[in-house]
Amino acid sequence: MPVTMMAPPTERAGSQRRRAAQPVRLASRAGRRWRALVGVAYAAPTAVMVGLFFLVPLVLVGWMSLHRWPLIGKPTVNVPANFTGIADDDLVKSAVWFTLKYAAVMTALLFVVAFGLALLVQHRRPGVGFFRTAFFLPMAVGFASASLLFLGLLSDEIGPVNDLLSWLGLVDGYVSWTSGSAESALGSAVLLVLWRFAGFNMLILLTGLQAIPLDVYEAARIDGASRWQIFRRITLPLMRPTIALVLTLMSTGSLLAFDQFWILTRGGPDNSTTSLVMVIYREAFIRLDLGSAAGISVALLAVLLVFNAVQLGVLRRRSE
Amino acid sequence: MPRAGTVSRWGFYVTGTALAILFLSPLLWSGWAAVRTDTGFGLENYDRLFSSDNGIRLHHVLNSLTVSALTVGGTLFVATLGGYAFGRFRFPGRDVLFLITLAILMVPYATILIALYVLLGWLGLEDSLIGLSLVLIMFQLPFSIFMMRNSFEAVPLELEESARVDGCNTFGTLIRIMLPAVRPGLITVGLFAFLTSWSEFFAPLILLNSTDKFTTTLAVVNLRTASHGSIDYAALEAGVVFMAVPCLVLFAFMQRSYVRGFTSGALKG
Repeated sequence: MPVTMMAPPTERAGSQRRRAAQPVRLASRAGRRWRALVGVAYAAPTAVMVGLFFLVPLVLVGWMSLHRWPLIGKPTVNVPANFTGIADDDLVKSAVWFTLKYAAVMTALLFVVAFGLALLVQHRRPGVGFFRTAFFLPMAVGFASASLLFLGLLSDEIGPVNDLLSWLGLVDGYVSWTSGSAESALGSAVLLVLWRFAGFNMLILLTGLQAIPLDVYEAARIDGASRWQIFRRITLPLMRPTIALVLTLMSTGSLLAFDQFWILTRGGPDNSTTSLVMVIYREAFIRLDLGSAAGISVALLAVLLVFNAVQLGVLRRRSE
Repeated sequence: MPRAGTVSRWGFYVTGTALAILFLSPLLWSGWAAVRTDTGFGLENYDRLFSSDNGIRLHHVLNSLTVSALTVGGTLFVATLGGYAFGRFRFPGRDVLFLITLAILMVPYATILIALYVLLGWLGLEDSLIGLSLVLIMFQLPFSIFMMRNSFEAVPLELEESARVDGCNTFGTLIRIMLPAVRPGLITVGLFAFLTSWSEFFAPLILLNSTDKFTTTLAVVNLRTASHGSIDYAALEAGVVFMAVPCLVLFAFMQRSYVRGFTSGALKG
């Protein structure tokens, strides 16, 4: 592995924190200033991209949320109609609840599965490379494609899942997984996301697992710690930064769910799997009300920022 | 680690194999379903995929290739220069710019796409492959800049100093000394940019309006969403395979450097 850290665990958190890049030693002050200018020039494309396509839209979405902003025509100020509109809309309300429920279920399941896979393949031994590749391979298929793949896989017409389950005697006749009931539609999406993303998160967790020095385990074992104790007292605490990263990625990703529901369940049956981002899309491009879409976006953004800040804060505080 | 008894070794291989089958079978099934026809096996599903009313056309594939090429090229350009600047130079505003770039990850992308749609309209880039590519490059930047900064930081300072002694300016040093040294990072960033841009769905859905600008992903999904009544599942699976094959081939060739670049980048964070 690229990094071997032999420092005891208490010091590791500190050494892991990034050290400032060493500036190249230079003789004169003018030389240093010149070098700073060159640095600015190299950073300029990044600054332009980030400024124009990230900061400007960020401000713009806030600005739009204060206006009645039709797809075509002049915007007019209408504060706070876009925000009061959110509270009145039943579909928004059900979408909020559904998205929260989905994010909680998805994050928990995905974390358990990904961590399980990472623990399974953490040691080098014959065949382990094949397993890692097999678990990671679904990531090479685009998410939209993966959604279409599962649409076919779970369908009555050509999918093998129903045949297999009725052969095993688990279901009677045909079940319409993606559109039959709210639960089975949600279940289909959860299955799809597990298949597609477990390997990716496994890989991130694996890097965290492998950064734990072996002699820490050795010492614990000599002290007579059981496997479970080692996992609780050594693996989990030392992996806190990686776990924080993975949980943030997972929960943010699930709160923004779109492809899986748009393609696999079409938000149905009866809007029971309509996610918040689907509502944003509907407001903007079906009801042609960009202001209202911006209003929901701003609300979602605010919730996510608070959510991520709390999550990172909690995980950091516990590690200190 | 020498701890595995025979039982736990068997447990490992049985569990691993069962899970590997579970993870690989959907992929294998779609390959099988794509060539399965009423009479046996053949390419009829692909025929329908490319010829039915809602099917994909050559220009959809060309659109996808254009967007991918622009995104990969643009991401490599911006991230190489940016990574060099963040990893090797000190200048006012460096840390702020780096943090803002990483903050793109914190701001869910679906929330600003509505604003990007309006902004691209103002810039005259509505319904344009270039506009879409610029947005995709921006979404790639947090990961790419982070990756490239780590790669540049890992190059020994002596290498750079010796180049300067030999009379190279910073750009010459970048081209001749640094680029070869950060190649694994470049491959990872480029591969990631390709995989994302080739299969991205939501951004093109919002930013492209006319069907002749559609990327392949949009066109294939259109097979499902535009069909009233029955869906041609077999043609759909052919579309899935068609979309997945370039990614799987690239992945197979570059997996080693991709995973290595990924792990070293993530570890140093």
